[in-house]
Amino acid sequence: MIESRVLPTDYVTEPGRFRTSTGKTLKTDEMIINMGPQHPSTHGVLRLEIVVDGEIVVDVIPHIGYLHRCFEKHAEHMTNYQQVIPYADRMDYLASMNNDWGYALAVEKLLKLEVPPRVEYIRVIMAELQRIASHLIALGTFGIDMGAFTPFLWCFRDRERILDLFEMTCGARLLYNYIWVGGVSHDLPARFVEKAKDFCKYFKPNIVELNNLLTYNEIFIKRTANVGVLPKDVAINYACSGPMLRGSGVNWDLRRDDPYSMYNKFEWDVQVGKGEMGQVGDVWDRYIVKVREMEQSVRIIEQALAAIPEGNVQQAIPKRIRPDHGEVYVRTESPRGELGFYIVSDGSTSPSRVKARSPAFVNLSVVPEIAHGCMIADLVAIVGSTDIVLGEVDR
Amino acid sequence: MTPQEIHDGLKAKFGDAVVEAKLDAPQPWIRIAPNKMKSLCFFLRDDASFQLDYMMCLSGVDYNDGNLGVVYHLFSMVHKHKIVLKANCPKDNPLVQSVSEVWGTANWHEREAYDMFGIQFDGHPDLRRILCPDDYPGFPLRKDFKVPEFYNGMKVPY
Repeated sequence: MIESRVLPTDYVTEPGRFRTSTGKTLKTDEMIINMGPQHPSTHGVLRLEIVVDGEIVVDVIPHIGYLHRCFEKHAEHMTNYQQVIPYADRMDYLASMNNDWGYALAVEKLLKLEVPPRVEYIRVIMAELQRIASHLIALGTFGIDMGAFTPFLWCFRDRERILDLFEMTCGARLLYNYIWVGGVSHDLPARFVEKAKDFCKYFKPNIVELNNLLTYNEIFIKRTANVGVLPKDVAINYACSGPMLRGSGVNWDLRRDDPYSMYNKFEWDVQVGKGEMGQVGDVWDRYIVKVREMEQSVRIIEQALAAIPEGNVQQAIPKRIRPDHGEVYVRTESPRGELGFYIVSDGSTSPSRVKARSPAFVNLSVVPEIAHGCMIADLVAIVGSTDIVLGEVDR
Repeated sequence: MTPQEIHDGLKAKFGDAVVEAKLDAPQPWIRIAPNKMKSLCFFLRDDASFQLDYMMCLSGVDYNDGNLGVVYHLFSMVHKHKIVLKANCPKDNPLVQSVSEVWGTANWHEREAYDMFGIQFDGHPDLRRILCPDDYPGFPLRKDFKVPEFYNGMKVPY
């Protein structure tokens, strides 16, 4: 870790204040630029309509919906609650396990269904592995946004190991359809626990490696510290969640503060942005929270692997799902933040309404608020640090 | 605060604006008159004993009985209590007061509810479609929605 502190960047952040070295003001005009829908740094099909004054961003208007696949409409038209799960997979395609789990939990709560402890442990392990995989992509692509290509490849190398674990469990590498209402689709294969332990052992030094390569890199810090500061009160007002909220210094994690499943049985710490390189809530803080969360996820996985009980993972899967009239809102902590499912049941075999409150959708809505007065290149950093997945923004 | 106390507090302050409540439900809810939404939500957010500063979710619902609804899931980061608010409006005149000034996050959620259900949010600064194209006909999540046969001259294979 380097000792030197980085001074705040001192560019002028008010429009129309570019000056020549003799102090003469330039005549500048506002201009509209479209960043996206196809743009390497928008992480998918997102169009940002930017009003710029010279190099300085005056206003940002995000246009979304390019990847809208009517998840909510599909969910209403299924003949069975179970059939929605493959669609939930495809919302946040980098964290399918967490999406399945969120939906399955909501339906289980509607049915007042208890799942066996082995299922709970498997789900925790899968969700935390998925969190690491998702964070690895977030950090790697964020590095690319900042001009660092190598960390991206290193992250993908480690993510590959996790995908191998998923593949040996359920056969799929990206969209698993693994966590079902009441259980999981396959029990853990014979050598899974051993291999997962190997992964934890292998992965821990790699976080240090990533830190040495990217996190404490001077150039990287210059690009990210003091940029895109999201104050605490704005973050709460915009209902930001996940690393975005924690990066702003709010000590809040649904796994601890609104616990579901087995999370209250494990020992781990919530990571919060502290403004180590600049101000609390800047892009670097949002980045470092994700790095440290990976360490905590490894801790949870190790505890879960050590304590996993035996049992039948499919005995609680209901043959027929027909909840009573009612409604439920269940929120879980996905890698991107609070993933909520609001399900209304009309007593039939398919939901009458499913609303997915996707964290990326909400986190993206705050970008216009924090991008005022930044440089165009910093806008890339801000969008990268919000860690959006457009599949989930558009659903 | 328990849901009962929240309900009583609202009833004392706003009287008739509190239309109905179901406090014994697993997730208790209170139904509010749609034209009182904004002032009531400002009160809920700012009053020291409520401080419902975090809007978890805002959803549009079609109850399939001629009514549309908006459901607000609120949470207090300070006091850690939750409450669900609901506002109903008739399908032929779906008008609900916007709360996007109260919680910034409501801006996009309300745009989504408008996009999917055609609910008009009175006082919303920028009520445009958000997920569907600007020229899309109808509101897809309404129960009586029929997929158009043609869209911009193209046959919809559905």
